[in-house]
Amino acid sequence: MATVAERTNVWAKEVLLNGCQAVAQGVKLANVDVIAAYPIRPYTEVMDALSKLIADGEFDSEYIVADSEHSQFEIVKHASSVGARAFGGSSGTGWMYGFEALVVTATDRLPPLFVVGNRALDDPGAFGVEHNDALALRDMGWLLCWASTAQEALEHVLIGYRIAEDSRVLMPMALAMDGAFLTHSQHMIKVPTQEAVNKFLPPFNLGKRVLHPDNPVSIAPQVNEDWVMELRRQNWEAARRARQVIPEVYKSFNDLFGPRYANPFFDEFMCEDAEVVLVGLGAVKMPAQTAVRRMREQGKKVGYVNLRWFRPFPTEQLRETLGRMKGVGVIDRNFAHGSPDNGGIVVQDIRSALYPLTKRPVVTDFIGGLGGRDMSIQDCIRMLEITFDAASGKQGDELVTWIGLRE
Amino acid sequence: MATQLPVIDYEKIKKVHDAPLEEFYTSGHRTCQGCESAMVMRDFAKASGPRTVVTGATGCMYVANTSYLTTPWIVPWMHTQLGAGGASAVGMAAGLRALMRKGRIKKEKINVINFSGDLGAGDMGLSGVSGALQTDYDLLIILYDNESAANTDIQATGLTTYGAQTTFTPPGSKHRIMQRRWKKNVAAMLAVGHPTCRYVATASATFPALDFMNKTRKALSIGGPTFIHTFDPCPKGWDFHPRYAHELGELGVKSGIFPLYEIIDGQVVYTYDARQKGRIPVREYLEKQGRFAHLVDEDVDYIQSMVDTMWNEWDIPGVAPFKAGLSVAG
Repeated sequence: MATVAERTNVWAKEVLLNGCQAVAQGVKLANVDVIAAYPIRPYTEVMDALSKLIADGEFDSEYIVADSEHSQFEIVKHASSVGARAFGGSSGTGWMYGFEALVVTATDRLPPLFVVGNRALDDPGAFGVEHNDALALRDMGWLLCWASTAQEALEHVLIGYRIAEDSRVLMPMALAMDGAFLTHSQHMIKVPTQEAVNKFLPPFNLGKRVLHPDNPVSIAPQVNEDWVMELRRQNWEAARRARQVIPEVYKSFNDLFGPRYANPFFDEFMCEDAEVVLVGLGAVKMPAQTAVRRMREQGKKVGYVNLRWFRPFPTEQLRETLGRMKGVGVIDRNFAHGSPDNGGIVVQDIRSALYPLTKRPVVTDFIGGLGGRDMSIQDCIRMLEITFDAASGKQGDELVTWIGLRE
Repeated sequence: MATQLPVIDYEKIKKVHDAPLEEFYTSGHRTCQGCESAMVMRDFAKASGPRTVVTGATGCMYVANTSYLTTPWIVPWMHTQLGAGGASAVGMAAGLRALMRKGRIKKEKINVINFSGDLGAGDMGLSGVSGALQTDYDLLIILYDNESAANTDIQATGLTTYGAQTTFTPPGSKHRIMQRRWKKNVAAMLAVGHPTCRYVATASATFPALDFMNKTRKALSIGGPTFIHTFDPCPKGWDFHPRYAHELGELGVKSGIFPLYEIIDGQVVYTYDARQKGRIPVREYLEKQGRFAHLVDEDVDYIQSMVDTMWNEWDIPGVAPFKAGLSVAG
């Protein structure tokens, strides 16, 4: 474990950056070898920032302007296959355009990192955040986590590569961040030193699966009914092992950079004695935590869980934390039309995780903030109140509430 | 007047017996008898040698070639998605360049090759091939063209010959011809659209002998992104006896329906100059294939007239469909 004195030397500077620029700093510090870019708001500025770093000679990486997201993602995948650390990203429908490539990146067990600047899916066009784009990965064999601040976004480029490239894992990593609220709002960002990052993140080594003339392997041949089940099982095992690797990596990060992450998978805010909590992903943490503080001032035992990791889903840990509650309100900044109760995506996993418990909290769902609509402190207070009502059986039949909907 | 052609320093195979004995695409595949696309695979692998990495897009040369545990590839090979041929080559080339520059792997020339079928490189992946040809990476994209989606039971693509029967374009009692699209002119389109691409060629796997292997070597030697479009008779899809596979390729070239040429730094060099050597009637090529059995005289006449236009009226005969009225040397 690093001493306090050593820890003070791990930060190079503190500068004003927006979320996109913070991610670009992370990519530079990770000494990424190949970047493929294609424009779509709001993630684009990550690529803008990277191209300028390269143009100014501050960073050495191949930088390819692709002809589409599909090509962009395939370039990233194949760069990874020859052993290069590769980076891509997208938003909204751009993400969906390249989706085929995302699927095979996971089944090929390659570990590039992609940033998703969450954006509503067309039609109609909207630049604002909605989580359906990144959540579409949830069954595809990816690592998927949300940053709730720009600082976390930078740090999770480093954490993400370290987890993804671990030989026990070898899964691609998607780092999601809320469009506009995170991608384009500025914060004072602590940028680590290159030396500290080099200690934390070893060079990428794909090992015996690397595509190189010295290692003449055939990758991803046609298997048909003979082998698909065994290969899927290998993906399953990788995802299972990732649950063990993730805490190890955060411990190593905390040791080097200070105790930044008490729980790798989710942050608990005033949850210790709480009876009712909200669970959300991303930037809604800010208004939600303020709402929790205000209700605490009125003596209400409320808390907030900022769910960072969605894949692998932290089932056991959530069971422990949420299982103590009387009521859980899930904030779904997404929608799952036709799903149970016509709710969101996140609530389904949380309900399933809690179902095996003999004593279960009441779980209610909120759809809100779609297309970048603001989720205010007042909205969060209302959600906490509804969750209280639900927990005491006063909610009635409505299991899903749309928040901030124009009537 | 034509300017001097650039000198391409490559190891030319002059006689059949001079071709390397060593195979890099060998047993383990289950392509059909008489498969000319398999010849393309074998020959480009032989010509490019062991310091090569290959991606193969989804298509018959994926499905029929690479069954799990029986790979025919001696060189490293990886599957890529149907429309990702160009991007796969760019990704590999970029990765290798970065790793060599940063001292993580040995600096050497590694050939980066993608092969994609007509459905892949000619239709779905055309944009990605175009993107690849705009880069400055050393890579070669081979479009192996058997004029159909051949592993999904022979469906028409944008490169299927006019009038051909496929399972998407069956002749019927109301419509004799369902394939009413004229074959997409991919090689010339790419050459015209990518002026910094130094080498675009068309080829037949077996006619003239050694030609495709030498074109592969030229493409890999000249540097930058390069493209070769091969013409691959397919016994299953075109409905002919496998023993005639080579002959059909030759007839396709000699009838002028598939012109053979290279475009080197923008200069057209005919491999088989149908203007000087003459063209055999296109009927002699069509009538040997079951996929054209339903054509009547007027259909054959139409195809012949289109081929005549290619060679008699285009400014760059057989290559590019412009009729500016300007004279072109050569």
